Amino acid sequence: MYQYDELDQAFVDQRVAEFRDQTRRFLAGQLSEDEFKALRLRNGLYLQRHAPMLRIAIPYGLLSVRQLRKLADITRRYDRGFGHFTTRQNLQLNWPRLEQVPDILAELATVQMHAIQTSGNCVRNVTADHLAGIAPDEVDDPRPYCELIRQWATLNPEFTYLPRKFKIAVTGSPEDRAASEVHDVGLHLVRADDGAPGFRVLVGGGLGRTPIIGQVIREFLPLPELFAYLEAILRVYNRQGRRDNIHKARIKILVKSLGIGRFRELVEAEWLANRAHATRLTPAEVGRVREHFRPQPYAQLADLDVTAGREVRFKAWYRYNTRAHKVPGYRAVFVSLKAHGSVPGDATAAQLEAVADLAEQLSFGLVRATHNQNLLLADVPQAELYALWQRLDALQLATPNIGTLTDMIACPGLDFCSLANAGTLDVAAQIQQRFDDFDYLYDLGEVELKMSGCMNACGHHHVGHIGILGVDKHGEEWYQITLGGSANGFTALGEVIGPSVPKHEVAATLERILETYRSLRHQDERFVDTVHRVGIGPFKEQAYAPHPAAA
Amino acid sequence: MRHILRRREWLADEFRYLGEDGAAESGAVIVPFAEWRNAPQRWGGFAGALGVRLSPIDRVEELAPDLARFRVVAVEFPAPGEGRGYTTGRLLRERYGFTGELRAVGAGVKQDLVFLLARCGFDSFDLAAGQTPASALLALHRYDVAYQPGDPRVPLRAQRFHTL
Repeated sequence: MYQYDELDQAFVDQRVAEFRDQTRRFLAGQLSEDEFKALRLRNGLYLQRHAPMLRIAIPYGLLSVRQLRKLADITRRYDRGFGHFTTRQNLQLNWPRLEQVPDILAELATVQMHAIQTSGNCVRNVTADHLAGIAPDEVDDPRPYCELIRQWATLNPEFTYLPRKFKIAVTGSPEDRAASEVHDVGLHLVRADDGAPGFRVLVGGGLGRTPIIGQVIREFLPLPELFAYLEAILRVYNRQGRRDNIHKARIKILVKSLGIGRFRELVEAEWLANRAHATRLTPAEVGRVREHFRPQPYAQLADLDVTAGREVRFKAWYRYNTRAHKVPGYRAVFVSLKAHGSVPGDATAAQLEAVADLAEQLSFGLVRATHNQNLLLADVPQAELYALWQRLDALQLATPNIGTLTDMIACPGLDFCSLANAGTLDVAAQIQQRFDDFDYLYDLGEVELKMSGCMNACGHHHVGHIGILGVDKHGEEWYQITLGGSANGFTALGEVIGPSVPKHEVAATLERILETYRSLRHQDERFVDTVHRVGIGPFKEQAYAPHPAAA
Repeated sequence: MRHILRRREWLADEFRYLGEDGAAESGAVIVPFAEWRNAPQRWGGFAGALGVRLSPIDRVEELAPDLARFRVVAVEFPAPGEGRGYTTGRLLRERYGFTGELRAVGAGVKQDLVFLLARCGFDSFDLAAGQTPASALLALHRYDVAYQPGDPRVPLRAQRFHTL
């Protein structure tokens, strides 16, 4: 993985010193709430419902065991012994104390980490395919480019006060596992006919109040032009994006109002006009960063049949929680943070430390956070899988539910977030309880359930096969259900099935929807494919059927 | 008398903003861009030193043909979150070759932003009320490294990326 050099380290150290001074001035009454807000947000700090929330950047989701142990240590010493992984592959602390945040950031800097630009109207943490570098279908590893974009975006003097937040995702595989089409900019690594590397560039995607799928602005951008083209996009957006209405300030609204054709003309003109002054991406710099992402020193191994003669539980775990690896003899292993009875995406300090130990012993000392709020050990020798499963199982990290209904995404919701309209965590618990039968979950097959506690859509509900959106109805928590969304493989926005349902009805409504699927599906047809084939009509009819208990 | 932080010095401002007492009669005045466009006969022959003031919605492209006429371009930052002026600054310096005083003015010109502003080409700061020159000067030196190219007058010990 990338290692800081002297410049990177000096930069984060100076950033910590700056924020320490800003926090001191705020606590001394020299900075108003408003003045401090813009500064603290760009260091990942929210002032929330119960306590501050600190969002720590995990660039493209990649962590060393040293970093993971430091995070565990920080959650113990400065928080309540757990952290929450987010859909941007970041980690949130829910109970830090404001006056200690500079110390937390200083601790992070000792392991080459920070919380810079995890919030605020600036370029946010760049996300990537969690199978980057190991996926059999990959064109190229997206992470070096994510790292280069991270550096280019960090305290970029021109683009630190944009109209609104700006999210970039990079994927190197034909199958989009990074939800890149619902990002402000999505970059797909591709190769030109002559083999030269470059990107297909999408722009104007996003979720939130106005979900929009990104459109292609350029079919092929040569690699050396990456920064120059991003600068052109951001410059047009910085100048012309709306600043009068926060709900219309994302780039997707600008692209929509101008039309992709006109927006493209503006960007391409700016790109050409700025040739002499754009930031250059030299082959030397690309090479320097790529060196940090060389393939691991894999052993020469053969693929094994590791499930033969093993118990059913292990076979289920192998099937659902591991993925193919491009190197023979290895598998990628999901560490499920979706145990039934726990908060989706939460991990305790003890779990983080245990995962660090396992990664050190079995996966070249690296761990990944996925945008589905799980962890991943990317490079596990197949011969070690059974022992690994036993250890993960003992840690409650082996729930064999990856890709199933209960591998759901949920934002922290009303329990923590001051923006939320409704709770998500108790609804998650309700769903986990109702769908606790693994045979039933496996029969349902692949279902992506995504839940947000408000229309800001941190839980990506628009692109869930099933989406759940919490809404406030006269002070009560109700839930709107959408069907047919998708972000992985192909991108589609879900359709609302009808009126929202009260909290206690959510799981029962889902069950009626899923039973409808079971009655309608063709053999081996996934839930989302059935929805697209038959439309939402039949689901809508059944979802609101009177509850037997109420009849 | 107003002072501005200019090239790291705290100097009495020789300019008046149009609308301030005695501005039009003084020998050095900064006029809004709209005024410059609407009353060319009045300002075209102005004998004193002239500056122009750009609001966030003014287009720097429209000012460019007249740029040689101005000793100062003042770019407004009415609030700390207003970011259009950063692009304006870079365009003035890089695309239009403006070498005069590039001034940031408004309630958004606070110590925590002067480093970014300076990197975008601003060499003069009409600080917001309550800001002290000492703190702003310190903030200008908060970082001695950066990733991106920026105005060469901001001294950096190390910089990662460069332009052509």
